[in-house]
Amino acid sequence: MSDLLDILLTAGFWAATVRIVSPLIFGTLGELICERAGVLNLGIEGIMTVGAMSGWMWVYQGGDLWGGVIFAASVGALFGMLHASFTVYLGLSQHVTGIGITLFASSLSYFVYRMLLPSATTPPKIVPFQNFEIPILSDIPLFGEALFNQSPLTYLALICVPVVWYVLQKTPIGLAVRMAGENPVAVEAQGIDVLAVRTGAVMVGSALMAVGGAFITMSWFDAFYFGMVNGRGWICVALVIFASWKPGKALMGAFLFAGLEAMQVRAQQSAGAFIPYQFFLMLPYVMSILAMIVMARRAQYPQALLVPFRRGERV
Amino acid sequence: MSRLSFKQITKRFGSLIANDSISLSLGEGEIMALLGENGAGKTTLMNILFGHYEADEGSIEVEDKVLTPGSTEAAIQAGIGMVHQHFTLADNLTVIENIILGTESLWSWRHDLTAARRKLMEMAESYSLAINPDALVGSLSVGERQRVEILKALYRGARTLILDEPTAVLTPQETENLFITLRSLTAKGLSVIFISHKLHEILAISDRISVLRRGKIVDTIKTSEASRSELAEKMVGEVVTRPQLEAMQPGAPVLTLAGLSAFGDDKLPMLNNVDLTIHAHEIIGIAGVAGNGQAALADVLSGLNRDYSGTLELHDKTLTDAGPSDFVARGIGRIPEDRHVRGMIGEMEIWENLISEDLRSAEISKWKIIINRDAAIKRAEKLIERFDVRCEGPQAQTKLLSGGNIQKLILARALSPEPDFILANQPVRGLDEGAIAYVQEQLFDARKRGAAILLISEDLDELLSLCDRIAVMYQGNLSEAVPTATRTVTELGLMMAGQAIHAN
Repeated sequence: MSDLLDILLTAGFWAATVRIVSPLIFGTLGELICERAGVLNLGIEGIMTVGAMSGWMWVYQGGDLWGGVIFAASVGALFGMLHASFTVYLGLSQHVTGIGITLFASSLSYFVYRMLLPSATTPPKIVPFQNFEIPILSDIPLFGEALFNQSPLTYLALICVPVVWYVLQKTPIGLAVRMAGENPVAVEAQGIDVLAVRTGAVMVGSALMAVGGAFITMSWFDAFYFGMVNGRGWICVALVIFASWKPGKALMGAFLFAGLEAMQVRAQQSAGAFIPYQFFLMLPYVMSILAMIVMARRAQYPQALLVPFRRGERV
Repeated sequence: MSRLSFKQITKRFGSLIANDSISLSLGEGEIMALLGENGAGKTTLMNILFGHYEADEGSIEVEDKVLTPGSTEAAIQAGIGMVHQHFTLADNLTVIENIILGTESLWSWRHDLTAARRKLMEMAESYSLAINPDALVGSLSVGERQRVEILKALYRGARTLILDEPTAVLTPQETENLFITLRSLTAKGLSVIFISHKLHEILAISDRISVLRRGKIVDTIKTSEASRSELAEKMVGEVVTRPQLEAMQPGAPVLTLAGLSAFGDDKLPMLNNVDLTIHAHEIIGIAGVAGNGQAALADVLSGLNRDYSGTLELHDKTLTDAGPSDFVARGIGRIPEDRHVRGMIGEMEIWENLISEDLRSAEISKWKIIINRDAAIKRAEKLIERFDVRCEGPQAQTKLLSGGNIQKLILARALSPEPDFILANQPVRGLDEGAIAYVQEQLFDARKRGAAILLISEDLDELLSLCDRIAVMYQGNLSEAVPTATRTVTELGLMMAGQAIHAN
């Protein structure tokens, strides 16, 4: 028990939590936007991978860091467009298409990486985003260092939460997105193009996912490895349900998961002698399944999630 | 002066001609009724006007300007508003959110909710359509939702309002209120197109009636010069007489429900302590607005839901542990509400659907596991003949049949084993007159033979003409079943809206 307290009282634990949470926030917000518009995007795992690869590659080829983030977002948006063209315009199964996009985007990332760097044996490195210390605020003990001495991309992730909330709740375009996920016929009946709204939402959401992937290679680490997204996309899909499709709750859920993840790494070190480390690796996932069981039972699904909309079809 | 006119509109769906060269015009301040059976092409025509569909031929002029085809936005700009039969509202959003969608530029950074609320309240006031702008649509009654739909159209500046089967979901009192609203709208110069297949409503509200049959305008007449029988004949194309209920002495109790309660996923009661006894030679009708527990009752009575409390007995033997196939084996015939979803499997052949409730009988299966295809097809041939199903034969694909013929197949499967109890859930909904008369005759034949029948319907006229006794369902509670003649439509309407009326 006192071990646990020790962990909670170290600034390193909190800093790690905030680092781990950043890609999850991007991914969860991205998935949330897609699903609020009525489109499940299981391409997330692959889109995060392609974001991780393309952002890193941009910088490795001599581009600057922010250019890399924008490049990753654009590539993500392109894959979002691919997903939308199958699921929104052709009305195909969102599950099957999403899995297909994941397989395609991940494999393509590895392929392009190998094509461009055929002879690299140890993964080459870039100079990643450096932590930006916010004066005064970062001097607060414990939380100050965790929250206010982070990479600019982390700040961007945290800013995205209220922005996404505001856009969804307070603007006409957000209303159209939410309505497209609740009752697309109502959107059509008000003279708005459902297909365009859904496609736009999927593209923006996918761009955010890709930035989440780029965070891993451009801020957390400095190189691109195979399998480095490592299921984070699937966690984001679960977090969206955990959050009942609300950005604020998504932030909460992401922090919960990231905290557990940071904790398990430290717990491994202090208790690894007598409990196999695999047990700790498993913990965050077990906890998220438990949390899902509690939260998802009451979840209010967007009514038209997974339901394709076809114009002028006879009903 | 003419508000809008259809010029030679033709619309095809594959080989089906849904609208065949239709020309119509609508005057200012006029209520025009479009009368026709299901599938006559009324909704298709309106969907063309509102831009959901594009016509294959012809054009529409609104106030002497040609309307851009296939664009809902253009239709709204031209002052056309449509209240769809299935409301186009999002339940999880508020009234005001539903209404302002599409009224603001999509790229603006915020909603101007204050102005929108003021405009909406002024409108609600002037048309006496009271509404709470911040209520969630999901929490509103069906009548209130329809009000939101009308306000939504008016908010967009509609001068022509299309109402597609607006009364199908309303109680008689709500219908009366809707008519008052429509009259106040036309008094202010709005024009209304009112779609319905209910003759008495059309005669009560419209100025002019256009009758559609199989995609063609049969006739357009002034309401003041129209008679009910003449309209019925024009709509159907021939004189169809529905069968009459013969007086008959009820027999022994067949099915008894006592203290029956069932709960939904949210633990709220869908059925609350329902008591009912149905006798042989008796048809009992259940009236009520959709969604008041009828579906839950039907699920219990067809064996699909075993998670209930209270007792359910057939001939004094409990059905508590019986599943759907036991229900059928013990003499319960089931006509499900949605004939396409639960009634028949469209992808399978007719003979397969016809034996699907009877897979283990000696007649069509060997050792209860191998189907004797020849015997099954032979049985299907007999049933097709006896129930007059129009099809290519037992091996035709079921989904190719019309609604009426699919319903005949369901009747054939459910009624041919001569069940003691028949659950008929909306047995004539969406059928044309000929098929309606046929279904009703079959139910009367079963009653004569000694079956007990429970008829669930949202159509009061149907219940009043078919049932010996009638009960009303409201929020899971079932009123006492009393002889049909002792209830007036007004009383039933009030009960459907939740008011208690005591039998005297």
